[in-house]
Amino acid sequence: MATTVSTHQTKWWSGGKSPFNVEYGKVMMWYFLMSDAFTFGAFLISYGTIRFSQNFWPDPNVVFNAFPGAGHANLPLAFVSVMTFILIISSVTMVLAVHAGHKGDKASVAKWLAWTIVGGIAFLGCQAWEWHHLITGEHATLIDGQIQMVGQTTTINPWGQLVAAGPELTAALNNSDQHVLASLVHEHHASQLGHAELMKLPKQDLVNMLSNAELHIREKGPVAFGGYFYGITGFHGFHVFSGVIINIVMLIMTQKNVFERRGHYLMIEKAGLYWHFVDLVWVFVFLCFYLI
Amino acid sequence: MSDALHIQPEVGTSHGAHHDEHHVHHHKETFITKYIFSQDHKTIGKQFLITGIIWAIIGGLFSVLFRLQLGFPDQTFPILETFFGKWAEGGRIKPEFYYALVTMHGTVLVFFVLTAGLSGTFANLLIPLQVGARDMASPLMNMLSYWFFFMASVVMIASMFIQTGPAAGGWTVYPPLSALGEASIGSKAGMDMWIIAMALFVVSQLLAGLNYVSTILNMRTKGMSMTRLPLTVWALFFTAVLGILSFPVLLSGLILLLFDRNLGTSFYLSDIYIGGQALPNEGGSAILFQHLFWFLGHPEVYIILLPAMGMVSEVLSVNSRKPIFGYMAMLGSMFAICILAFLVWAHHMFVTGLNPFLGSVFVLLTLLIAVPSAIKVFNWLTTLWRGNIRFTPAALFGIGFVSLFISGGLTGIFLGNSTIDIHLHDTMFVVAHFHIVMGVASFFGMFAGVYHWFPKMYGRYMNNTLGYIHFWVTMIGAYLIFWPIHYQGLAGMPRRYLDKSVWVNFSQFHELDKMITVVSIIVFAVQLMFVFNFFYSIFKGRKVTTQNPWGATTLEWTTPINPGHGNWTGEIPEVHRWAYDYGKDGREFIPQTEPVGANESKH
Repeated sequence: MATTVSTHQTKWWSGGKSPFNVEYGKVMMWYFLMSDAFTFGAFLISYGTIRFSQNFWPDPNVVFNAFPGAGHANLPLAFVSVMTFILIISSVTMVLAVHAGHKGDKASVAKWLAWTIVGGIAFLGCQAWEWHHLITGEHATLIDGQIQMVGQTTTINPWGQLVAAGPELTAALNNSDQHVLASLVHEHHASQLGHAELMKLPKQDLVNMLSNAELHIREKGPVAFGGYFYGITGFHGFHVFSGVIINIVMLIMTQKNVFERRGHYLMIEKAGLYWHFVDLVWVFVFLCFYLI
Repeated sequence: MSDALHIQPEVGTSHGAHHDEHHVHHHKETFITKYIFSQDHKTIGKQFLITGIIWAIIGGLFSVLFRLQLGFPDQTFPILETFFGKWAEGGRIKPEFYYALVTMHGTVLVFFVLTAGLSGTFANLLIPLQVGARDMASPLMNMLSYWFFFMASVVMIASMFIQTGPAAGGWTVYPPLSALGEASIGSKAGMDMWIIAMALFVVSQLLAGLNYVSTILNMRTKGMSMTRLPLTVWALFFTAVLGILSFPVLLSGLILLLFDRNLGTSFYLSDIYIGGQALPNEGGSAILFQHLFWFLGHPEVYIILLPAMGMVSEVLSVNSRKPIFGYMAMLGSMFAICILAFLVWAHHMFVTGLNPFLGSVFVLLTLLIAVPSAIKVFNWLTTLWRGNIRFTPAALFGIGFVSLFISGGLTGIFLGNSTIDIHLHDTMFVVAHFHIVMGVASFFGMFAGVYHWFPKMYGRYMNNTLGYIHFWVTMIGAYLIFWPIHYQGLAGMPRRYLDKSVWVNFSQFHELDKMITVVSIIVFAVQLMFVFNFFYSIFKGRKVTTQNPWGATTLEWTTPINPGHGNWTGEIPEVHRWAYDYGKDGREFIPQTEPVGANESKH
């Protein structure tokens, strides 16, 4: 560095030696990522605190067992594995974009950035489907002595302990609404009739039909599950969304030759840092919500 | 890495120009780009300072209002009804109003004045000037950081004018009170606005902090190694790191609180019975919020205090014409304070049902802070020792800071012990402790900074006579106000209470409370005098005629008297020595820019 001081380049920083020998923007990005790590850390630690203060926590294999187009097939964690795979592959394409940037290969940078954007959008799409499925999916839940069909929201959780067959369950079935019973019969294939026809039958018939079926009725689970799940995956999804926006901006700047004129693709590297960080956070979110 | 890395993309193009062509400031600037959406760090610093002053007047006025209630609970003040209408019907402060005042006083002074107003001002002003940089690493982000702060201010001010009033659950906004609108009117819309304002504030702090850190690490001039930095810069560096790492945790906590308020989640709520009705929320933990809050809350104390410590170190060294005593010890103790700041938060929570064993760990870590704090105090005292002290207003405020830091620090030892804290928790003793050690002491650091660097900011001096009056009244007033409050607290008088007349044993403090109120009104008036002095001196103050009026060694005094954007007209000077060569080899001071002579003694 000492030699470069005397040369007359346009240089903002005219120091003799740089302590970290990285550009200031990268220092900023690293510090920002540290800061953001604390945000996610706070969320995940809060989640852990509440989770371990509960007597019961839903089994992720039961909650996350759906796959688009697979109907009621039990495929635990299959869909989230696909999501995770997509996000990790998008990290690989980001690495390739950064690598192409080092070589000044504009066409490759643009190509790999575009794939990274596709990966990000695909991940967000998956997340939208998963949220939608959880919120609108109806699950027979024992609430206040009757069976209700509820979805997973921020105020209710249908994934409590399984209710064993017995007088309590029978009483609850007798207390429940006709359409809930009809849905249950339909869901458990206890009758060939359609929903509309079932609605016309006497209630006792429906209860009798169900008495032979193996019902998977659960108690209410911990409310905190939904709040933390939507809160944390939502906050992560927001980060992915901002990452996609950043990558789109980078793509436009690449196409407009901004980096070529600048002589380096450092901005891509900084965007890459952010993108990898968002992926890394997902690994922890995945671990905390889906695996343990 | 290649040299290309050091090209500064955003600014390099616009300001690199006068770096090369040397000197003259030739791009046209309009009023808007120069004073409003300015990217010049000095202007942004002034914006933070003036916004901070306005906030300080508001926050200070609130304290005068609730002191009126505490000092004269039986009297009516019709003028209050004139100004505040239904909040002070019949000239008496309503309980809701009282809580809103207390909450806003805390929020405004802790965050908007002593965080943004203090480190925002001096980090912006001093970092580039003292490390030898033309501006911050990213002037654009720097500008945004001020405007996010401004937006936070607008939202917070607006919350005071809505029908249900601002947040009123205390500046710590503990749930469930703050989470349930039906719990009090101060927990309605005002609370949502409080959260939004604070979220904007966190964004502002993050943008600012990232800039400070990268400027200090990457933009130092040639020869300015980290150990040649003035202690102000080191203090501001640690402050920025603390802010970057602790504010996001507050943000997380507030986001969860916002969800509890508006989305029906149960992060902090469980088993609550309110207005005759049981709430459906279950499984949450109100204590969780306290953990998240104090994980910021404690480092926040040092975010407020460290810049004051740094500036006092500089001001005391310059004005006692002696090198700072124990530069490396100062550095090490600031570093230790930084680390410990993150490890002591639960000492605010000794009475929450915290496991006593865990409590004892936090007691130990808390008391450990006494070690670096004492090192710093002794270093300041030994810097003053046998110095040729110039008692400028800045120096007086610096000495006042040390006095207050000792007084307030000692009561911290009481509170840091969990057993004593059980008795003192939530009493006026706590109020007295943190007002002296964090509030008034940091204000003194800030005043020292304002008086000392005013010539650099505006090319004029502030009026000395008014400065001396300001110092003595504030110093004596601070002790008259807060010293007796310790006794009230030891007697068990609770904080945050509107009216204590139901306890017969507190009636002994009635006259004392009156005295405290009267003194606080006087002190508040003197602060207004300071504000007058500040604004008057901007336009009419005595002009600075020399580049280096205090005979200081640091780089900011090598710039022109009224530096333009870019600070130095020629090349940025090279640094050859540390910042504290005072009284060396028979010379009064040797600037950092002077090469080390052949026969010079070592420092």
